[in-house]
Amino acid sequence: MEVENTATSLTGQPSPGRSYLALSLRRLRRKKLAMFFLGIILIMYGSGILASVVTPYGYNDQDLSVAKQGPSFQHPFGTDRLGRDMMTRVIFGLRTTVIITVMALIGGSLLLGIILGLISGYFGKLADGIIMRVGEVTSAFPEVFLLLIIVATLRPRIVTWVREFEDATGIDWIVELGIVDFAVVSFALAIFSWFGMARLVRGQVLQVRENQYSEAARAVGASTARILRVHVFPNIISPVIVSVSAGLAAFAGAELFLSFIGIGVQPPTPSLGRMIFENSSISVLRSDPHLLMFPVITVSILLFSFNLLGDAVNDAFNPRTR
Amino acid sequence: MGTYIARRLLWVPVLLFLVSFITFVLGQFGPGDPVQILLGQYSDPAAVQRIREQRGLDDNVAVQYSRYILGVVRGDFGESYQYRGRSVRELLFKRIPVSAQLNLAALMISLGLGIPIGLFSALHQGSVWDTIAVAATLLAQSLPVFFTAPMMLIVFSLQLDILPTHGWGGFFDTRIIMPALVIGIPGVAIITRLTRASTLEVVHQDYIRTARAKGLGERVVITRHILRNSLIPVVTTLGFALAGLASGSFIVELFFGIPGVGLLAIESLFARDYPIIMAVVLIGTSLFVMANLLVDLAYPLLDPRIRLGGSSLGG
Repeated sequence: MEVENTATSLTGQPSPGRSYLALSLRRLRRKKLAMFFLGIILIMYGSGILASVVTPYGYNDQDLSVAKQGPSFQHPFGTDRLGRDMMTRVIFGLRTTVIITVMALIGGSLLLGIILGLISGYFGKLADGIIMRVGEVTSAFPEVFLLLIIVATLRPRIVTWVREFEDATGIDWIVELGIVDFAVVSFALAIFSWFGMARLVRGQVLQVRENQYSEAARAVGASTARILRVHVFPNIISPVIVSVSAGLAAFAGAELFLSFIGIGVQPPTPSLGRMIFENSSISVLRSDPHLLMFPVITVSILLFSFNLLGDAVNDAFNPRTR
Repeated sequence: MGTYIARRLLWVPVLLFLVSFITFVLGQFGPGDPVQILLGQYSDPAAVQRIREQRGLDDNVAVQYSRYILGVVRGDFGESYQYRGRSVRELLFKRIPVSAQLNLAALMISLGLGIPIGLFSALHQGSVWDTIAVAATLLAQSLPVFFTAPMMLIVFSLQLDILPTHGWGGFFDTRIIMPALVIGIPGVAIITRLTRASTLEVVHQDYIRTARAKGLGERVVITRHILRNSLIPVVTTLGFALAGLASGSFIVELFFGIPGVGLLAIESLFARDYPIIMAVVLIGTSLFVMANLLVDLAYPLLDPRIRLGGSSLGG
């Protein structure tokens, strides 16, 4: 990207010792709105990760004497039809979304995407051909349908396998904790998310590889690993940050969609998509709107923050495309 | 150009083969033994064996796959598990027109509102209306269907009581209004943003100045010179819009109780009715692949400057 090379001069002084990354991050920090929404995301992620610490109740604690109550001081988001505290369940639902977006992001975009992109760009030839063709094929299909069939068919089978494994070894908490569900959904999301990142990284690598400084490094005998680390990596980090921040909303949305249609993370592990599904009837809206509205509003704020942050990151890192 | 079309057309059967094979293998592999599902847990082993032989379930995957595909080509997707004795075709083909009409209505809303708003705000760049439009599209694009569907229900049905809450009565029924709006609104935002961006690019071109300089009326300049060129990027996104519509309509059909493909698919997922799920996936992906092919082929027709296949792409 030529934006890369010209951006430093666009911001005025060449500022020695300050990398493009640092400059962009400083531009981002100056955007108050973006920082506000980043704060919201961090709070949501933080409470998701620390769900069992910050919630006053257990997500399966039932108390039928207070079933279907509206918001109150004891239960800020009210209670559901089994008398479970809705705020606790929403926060645990957030935990589900957080775990899956992070796992899919690290596994798909970051690990698979960057490694395959580096291989494809740096080694070229056969590896490049195979990786790019496979990527084109996966991106030629609408992910909604394939996610659906992959998760719907693989999850029950893998749960059976893990159950057998548990029986054989005497371990009994793998299925119970929903680890299989998390893994399958994240894996399916990762399959469809690596290609964009790989293509981006590959493009950057192809550009950098032909630069004179890479040639010079090769000439003095630097190893491939060193060239990738010292010369290629600093160049790809900014576009990677932009693309990750733009893709977060899509991961979260896909997780919500899968649990909404009933094939994501299974009960008793709470998930926001499932909560919305269970309460998506007009009679709930009429009699107990809090059952639907608290999960819905939480989801909306999260997705909205992701979108705004993604836009702001893009503006900060590519100031010319505004 | 000719070789490009040929290459593109040759790609399609490969993609369709891949998707059908993956779908078939997953559909066979995932859920376990279909006969077990059909007969329940405590079935007579002799009966199980008889049905296995009848259906050729002991043949190898390639044979079973080709049998399935030959059936699919003739419109036979097998038999549903949850509705005993009814074919997937019968169940599914009743639902397709419903979802198609709903999505058509949504697409009409997206294009019908998105293009004029985008054009207007680009032609009045920097005005109050432009600012409002840009802010509104940002908001509309970020709001998930999960949010807009219940909100509309609360406002239009429970508070104002002017629109029915759910059900289906065809394209010319008031019950289509809310679901179509819910699916269409994110599309309005996307198309507005696209139209605005591409119009802004076009209005500064020399040929627009030339058109005005030779005295053409503003209307002619806008329709013939600006719009025709600024709509090209919009057309290219329509293929992808189709996939977006699909996931939106799953959620919306459930919220509004519309008997479409999405609702059937959700029911089938809960009932583990794999023949139906496979058929939905197969038809959905095929439609998507074909739509993208059409868009790619329409591209050079809309913009003769684009010569596909060569290295001189872009410009």
